[in-house]
Amino acid sequence: MSKRIDVENLDVYYGDFLAVEGVSMAIEPRSVTALIGPSGCGKSTFLRTLNRMHEVIPGARVEGRAVMDGQDLYAPEVDPVQVRRQVGMVFQRPNPFPTMSIADNVLAGVRLNNKRISKGDAADTVERSLRGANLWNEVKDRLDKPGSSLSGGQQQRLCIARAIAVEPQVLLMDEPCSALDPISTLAIEDLMSELKNDYTIVIVTHNMQQAARVSDRTAFFNIAGTGQPGKLIEMADTPTMFSSPSVPATEDYISGRFG
Amino acid sequence: MTPVPTSSQDSTVPGGGQAPHGAVTTAAGTPAGVPAGGRRTTAATMDEDMHDDSSAWAAPGPTAVDHRVSGHAQPPAPAVSLRASGASRVADTIFKGVSGATGVLILVVLAAVAGFLVLRAWPALTASPDELAKISWMNGQSLLEYVGPLVFGTLLSAILALGLAVPLSLGIALFITHYAPRRAAQALGYVIDLLAAIPSVVYGLWGALWLAPVLDPIFRWLSDTLGFIPLFAGYTAPARNVLAAATVLAVMIIPIITAVSREVFFQTPVLHEEAALALGATRWETIRMAVLPFGRSGLVSASMLGLGRALGETMAVLMILSPGYLFSFFLLKPGQHQSIAANIAAKFPEASGLSVSVLIATGLALFVITLAVNMVARWIIARRAEFSGAN
Repeated sequence: MSKRIDVENLDVYYGDFLAVEGVSMAIEPRSVTALIGPSGCGKSTFLRTLNRMHEVIPGARVEGRAVMDGQDLYAPEVDPVQVRRQVGMVFQRPNPFPTMSIADNVLAGVRLNNKRISKGDAADTVERSLRGANLWNEVKDRLDKPGSSLSGGQQQRLCIARAIAVEPQVLLMDEPCSALDPISTLAIEDLMSELKNDYTIVIVTHNMQQAARVSDRTAFFNIAGTGQPGKLIEMADTPTMFSSPSVPATEDYISGRFG
Repeated sequence: MTPVPTSSQDSTVPGGGQAPHGAVTTAAGTPAGVPAGGRRTTAATMDEDMHDDSSAWAAPGPTAVDHRVSGHAQPPAPAVSLRASGASRVADTIFKGVSGATGVLILVVLAAVAGFLVLRAWPALTASPDELAKISWMNGQSLLEYVGPLVFGTLLSAILALGLAVPLSLGIALFITHYAPRRAAQALGYVIDLLAAIPSVVYGLWGALWLAPVLDPIFRWLSDTLGFIPLFAGYTAPARNVLAAATVLAVMIIPIITAVSREVFFQTPVLHEEAALALGATRWETIRMAVLPFGRSGLVSASMLGLGRALGETMAVLMILSPGYLFSFFLLKPGQHQSIAANIAAKFPEASGLSVSVLIATGLALFVITLAVNMVARWIIARRAEFSGAN
């Protein structure tokens, strides 16, 4: 249930402002692709174009193609709601629904597709998803408690459980560990290496060791200056990127010389 | 070539990978000037900030400085003065006193109103049946028998109004916050606020002279088609029944309910709406998953504010409703119901002595109902506080 995404010459605009220019990349299935780069270089913006979440912002639009297994996500007949059911997302700050219990949080997406899910199926989905997110053992005795009663790291894993409960093709993660402590970060990173057996994962991170640890391929974005569009500078297998990048700017960035 | 960097992670993380606690995160890592979702903070975050402020205020500043000063005989004036300046200290004290006094004042006013009501209603509460029988409009009833139908009429008209107003207000507030283009939303907001500024006597005139004829064919149709349900049986023109009064009350309380729920919906954390959207929720599903649950307690308080206004509304009811003193569920019949407030206004000019006390006793009943409504509202909100998102 994981698919590849081929992005061809993608431009992202906010109104008249060109935010990201000319991105082409292949995102391989069953692997982790990391997007790195300085703040404001458009990596989060680009990530959001992969499930059309950028459309939440008025005036945001995309030119170019993003093809998931032969289907252009931006074809006129494509419904963004359906795209998001195939391409799940985990956000920077954990955002479980505070008004729902832990179990209901996991089922939130499932219930959108299938209103009359039986009790047994619901319990199975909750357990499977929470196990998938390495959270089951910690919360199995308090599934009816509010999601906001968990710690930050647990909340983030709950959000991952919620995202994988609908069995998406692709999982996007927008700096999923930046609001977490090192222990929780480690838990999420371990989880990512398990999840990539089943899902295509794209992660935005500011933490270069994290990119080096978890990803198979790394893409470096950069920006020439304020007001300029962000661009994909280079993309390669992660070991190559971190040992012998072909562009000097990449080396400067990952060795900490700027950004 | 450069190996994987292992040291000085911080220097490679521009702008800090860790968002500062309590900071407003924008929806995306979008470039500056892009209208991202940073316009709202969660209520919880705001609360935290406020607490932080107040505790910083309360802490006496100069202890550390005093300690240092005592160590030296006559130290030269320090380059940086950390002492609290006298003027700001005085202003702080004054402000604390004034805000405290206003808080106490409102309690005193409430107690004074309650005391007045009990004191002046006392003669009626303790009067013998013979004395009460001398008041012509009591028709030989006991005080309880007299107040009962009035309480019923008050509650019935207010609850009907609430039933009409809440769905409408909810729709308007959701339209303004989630569907309308920004310009239209602003204009609509102004119009709604304007509705709140119209005096109730004007609503009364409008209801009696314009709305009643408009409602007439609707009520006639209701009575003809749904007349087999007792609620809608027996309509008689003109439309001066409790449903007409409730319709006008609904128009009067829509602005307040809409305004409060609009504010609540605007407060919905962007994070939660995005969580729903990213799961593949449509706009309506997002509203149901993230916006309505978050705004639930606010919606209850908005409704209770509206109910409070509807319960106490005098002029409009007085001018529209043809009064009656029955426990009657015939919503379309005239001469069945009367509200406490309208009844007081109608009877007060001619009342004297014990009959004033009787009217004040009905006012006491209204006071108690309003208190009860508020307490029930608070109970409803508190019951699921754990899930409110405030923690």
